[in-house]
Amino acid sequence: MKFFRNLTIGQYVHKDSPIHKLDPRIKILTSLLMMILIFLTESWWSFLIIGFFFTVNIWLSKVQIKYVLRGLKPILVLIILTLFIHLFTTPGEVIFQIGVIRMTWEGLSRGMFIAVRLFLLILTTSWLTLTTSPIALTDGIERLLSFFKIIGFPAHEIAMMMTIALRFIPTLMEETEKIIKAQMSRGADFESGNILKRMKNMIPIIIPLFINAFHRADELAIAMEARCYRGGEGRTHYRALSFKYLDKVFFMIISFTIALIIIINVV
Amino acid sequence: MFIYLENASYTYNLNMPFETKALDSINLSIDRGEFIGIIGHTGCGKTTLLQLLNGLLEPTIGHVFIDGVDIHQNKKGLKEIRKKIGLTFQYPENQLFEESIYKEIAFGPRNLGITDDLLDERVKKAMKMVELDYNQYKDRSPFELSGGEMRRVAIASVLAIDPEIIILDEPTASLDPQSHASFLTLIKNLYQKYHKTMILVSHNMDVIAELAQRVLVMEKGKIIMDSTPRNIFQESVEQLEKIGLELPQVTYVMHRLKQMGKEVNSGVLTIEEAKEEIFSILKVKKSNNEIF
Repeated sequence: MKFFRNLTIGQYVHKDSPIHKLDPRIKILTSLLMMILIFLTESWWSFLIIGFFFTVNIWLSKVQIKYVLRGLKPILVLIILTLFIHLFTTPGEVIFQIGVIRMTWEGLSRGMFIAVRLFLLILTTSWLTLTTSPIALTDGIERLLSFFKIIGFPAHEIAMMMTIALRFIPTLMEETEKIIKAQMSRGADFESGNILKRMKNMIPIIIPLFINAFHRADELAIAMEARCYRGGEGRTHYRALSFKYLDKVFFMIISFTIALIIIINVV
Repeated sequence: MFIYLENASYTYNLNMPFETKALDSINLSIDRGEFIGIIGHTGCGKTTLLQLLNGLLEPTIGHVFIDGVDIHQNKKGLKEIRKKIGLTFQYPENQLFEESIYKEIAFGPRNLGITDDLLDERVKKAMKMVELDYNQYKDRSPFELSGGEMRRVAIASVLAIDPEIIILDEPTASLDPQSHASFLTLIKNLYQKYHKTMILVSHNMDVIAELAQRVLVMEKGKIIMDSTPRNIFQESVEQLEKIGLELPQVTYVMHRLKQMGKEVNSGVLTIEEAKEEIFSILKVKKSNNEIF
């Protein structure tokens, strides 16, 4: 019986590379800007530039291509589906026709365009999560959001919540597996019956899981208080983020790339 | 032969970068009516072995036979296997979920299709086995009980399936001394009064020495010793200590007495036996004194 053995959460791949060493803030901002551009652009040329940019980046990061492709797997169905919908529903010059179903050249080009757009969006997020450890990611988010602290936005608290959530995913998965096994030893059956029955069968897993999670949360809160945790105010970081030479170089490259894409789109 | 493991190995994360071999070619046979204690250091494969015994895990290599049938030949039969072999994990109280103790204990038999009067009977019997009063406890929520009581309910929920073999993984872990003592009586009763075949995993050598008739010592996924507790705790002291296991505390006392030149049997395992031994040498002394 395999439950979660094949599931990997947080697809970070540790490598010693210039991309991994980059400041997480600059990587988050790059991803955000790139995603906006991917959404807004209507030109193949910008896709080419963005695609080239990330290909070079992933090559530099030394992450094997199979990890990147694995991230694409779950979204593949969606990409193919959108391609087909565009292929058959866009009016234009007909390639061939069977009854009411017809395929058009315009549909083909539009469908390809959307498929590439989805592909690039996933590539962008994969690039970010593959090369940035969850801790660095939350650190970066905290620092970026701290700008909104002036309007009372609890940036530190949100980052702390994210860190804790990430930290406890493997623990809770282990616990789920243990509870499943314990209930199976009591004759529970999770594999037969219709959907409704299967959902009902989940109760003996979910309730103990929640109770244990609440206990854990309570204990963690006490442990944090015992070490005088009082939220973000005046709290320093073990690894303070600072822009280094590498970040500056990357910043120049990304600025140039973005400027190029904007010029292509405007002209 | 009731349970028979033939050359069984188990590897976690097979063919993955973090592949770990938890069990290595285990050959083991267990008969009805045995009381087996399993000892070994943390991570030696004890829990994995237990999960092979009731079909929760399938050996990567080798076979598990129960009553002469290879249990992984027919996946549908696994439920039958779990009817015969009751397993409780460490901290079984973490698996409780029902609103009343009655429903909690009835969960197992209900899954096996038992209803009405027969179900009542099963629950009553299971609660009697763990010494919880049926009328007093049946309607209470399992979550308002003390740790020891919760564990009793959890064990009762497995006993209600009426298995022939009961496997307990660290049943006395982190209990207060009083509950600890009453759990030992409970386990003893399951074996002596209710004639269950028992398999007990524990880090507590006193428990193993007092209860088990046959002890398996595990290290690095292998069974390295398989004998009576007396043999193991008397003959293999150095080997046990080498793999980081201890002896029962009374046995240490007797070893010490022997080193001091007293004529005692160092193979003593329980407090009761130790008492006899010490009395016997004291009596000799007394008679010597009378000569003067």
